[in-house]
Amino acid sequence: MREFGYRRAHDVHGAVALLAAEPEARLLGGGTNLVDLMKTGVERPALLIDVQDLPLDRIEVTQDGGLRIGATVTNSALAADPEVRRRYPALAQAVLSGASGQLRNMATVGGNLLQRTRCGYFTDPAAACNKRVPGAGCPAIEGEHHNHAILGASGHCVAVHPSDMGVALAAFDAVVGYETADGPGELPLAEFYLPVGDTPHLETALPSGALITGLRLPPAPVAAVSRYRKVRERASYAFAIGSLAAALDVHDGTVREVRLAFGAVASRPWRARTAERVLTGGPASAEAFAAAADAELAAAEALPHNGYKVTLMRNLVVALLTELTEEAAR
Amino acid sequence: MAPPTSSAVTLRINGEKHTLPVDHRTTLLDALREQLDLTGTKKGCDQGQCGACTVLLDGRRAVSCLQLAVAAEGREITTIEGVADGERLHPVQQAFLDLDGYQCGYCTPGQICSALAVIEEHAAGWPSAVTADVRPEAGVPALTADEIRERMSGNLCRCGAYVSIVQAVARAAGAAGAPVVPRQGTGPGDAGAPADGEAAA
Repeated sequence: MREFGYRRAHDVHGAVALLAAEPEARLLGGGTNLVDLMKTGVERPALLIDVQDLPLDRIEVTQDGGLRIGATVTNSALAADPEVRRRYPALAQAVLSGASGQLRNMATVGGNLLQRTRCGYFTDPAAACNKRVPGAGCPAIEGEHHNHAILGASGHCVAVHPSDMGVALAAFDAVVGYETADGPGELPLAEFYLPVGDTPHLETALPSGALITGLRLPPAPVAAVSRYRKVRERASYAFAIGSLAAALDVHDGTVREVRLAFGAVASRPWRARTAERVLTGGPASAEAFAAAADAELAAAEALPHNGYKVTLMRNLVVALLTELTEEAAR
Repeated sequence: MAPPTSSAVTLRINGEKHTLPVDHRTTLLDALREQLDLTGTKKGCDQGQCGACTVLLDGRRAVSCLQLAVAAEGREITTIEGVADGERLHPVQQAFLDLDGYQCGYCTPGQICSALAVIEEHAAGWPSAVTADVRPEAGVPALTADEIRERMSGNLCRCGAYVSIVQAVARAAGAAGAPVVPRQGTGPGDAGAPADGEAAA
């Protein structure tokens, strides 16, 4: 591991100033991804700016009935929060389905958004990877890619984003707040992650030197009837091979509002807006759910070993929306 | 000028202060084992995947292999050496002993630290990934075998002593007052586990 300096920041402006002064600095939240990547040499910061003591650890209900979530709130605190569980149950479920109790206690909301893909070529410095070394190539396309992207990928990178939390945030139109030396800014989650294109090494639209300060969740009454379903290769403590955040408002058998976001299928949490459009105003039936999933997945481009994800996501949409329809009828 | 790459840090461990020089690259796990001779905390994968290095930070379980020692300054650190009350074992330790919640014992310190936290997290009303309804109005789920397995899934046991580990956690949790309803048929003795918890109380 490269030697590095360490500074603990106590206020946001101090952290941003430290970040502006050292281009090779990284922010240290829980460290559950960063420290791991530093051990293997994928990350080689010259300075770590510890943000765990920043006063960003609050979850507050906003005046309009949404939530404001600080960047250093831990995954555990987010999932245990009564207002999160009441207003956005799929978000609590998504966070609980990720990692282990130990890691959720350490990991932070800001770090979760910025965690890196677990693609085995990315995490192995001996392998080629366009994300680590632009232009080096992507061995996953012809190699091990059974858990890689079916949507929104490119010939330069087919890695998937590993976050569960981000999938629920995408469904609920979260907005990311940040601070820079030039002042604060906001990015809707839909614009936060950049399309892969030919620049897979550029992952987010955050300006350089930005510190994520928190999230804003707009009020979403539809989210009160929501669930997160995660499919993985073992029963617990594994990354998804496919996941779905869904929220549904049904009245007299008709879909009034629906939110759908897919996980582990793309380089970013994948909001399924095509499926939502197909469903809205139509019947809440298994046939309609399947047709909506098919409409979304028509754009899927499977590789030789990940085509199962198309079927998996279709089945997930039908199963979870059927469950939510039954829940809404109770 | 390049910033210093090592610091003198003061760590509060099991109620005692230790001041030591650390290279910033040092994990809390390595500081405990290599510099402070607290070898109860074990190194398994060193990648945050096995849970053998689990300790408590400010009362919350964490993997010490991904925790930088320098960043642990100011936190209250509890290791397996600080769990017992002198010669008197903690009820979680006693339950692991009584029910054979281990085979080789290497993962056991991490299992016990994790179990201590599982019981507290459950008592605080935290749901888990197998909790059917996470909404607060649904109440706290009983600590079934499925709940225990999910909540303990960050601790691997290469010997596969999971059946006894689940029983030990259930007994200790029951003794601490948690509603415990282990699923029947997961192993010998499980059928009587609710009473088991009460019997230990």
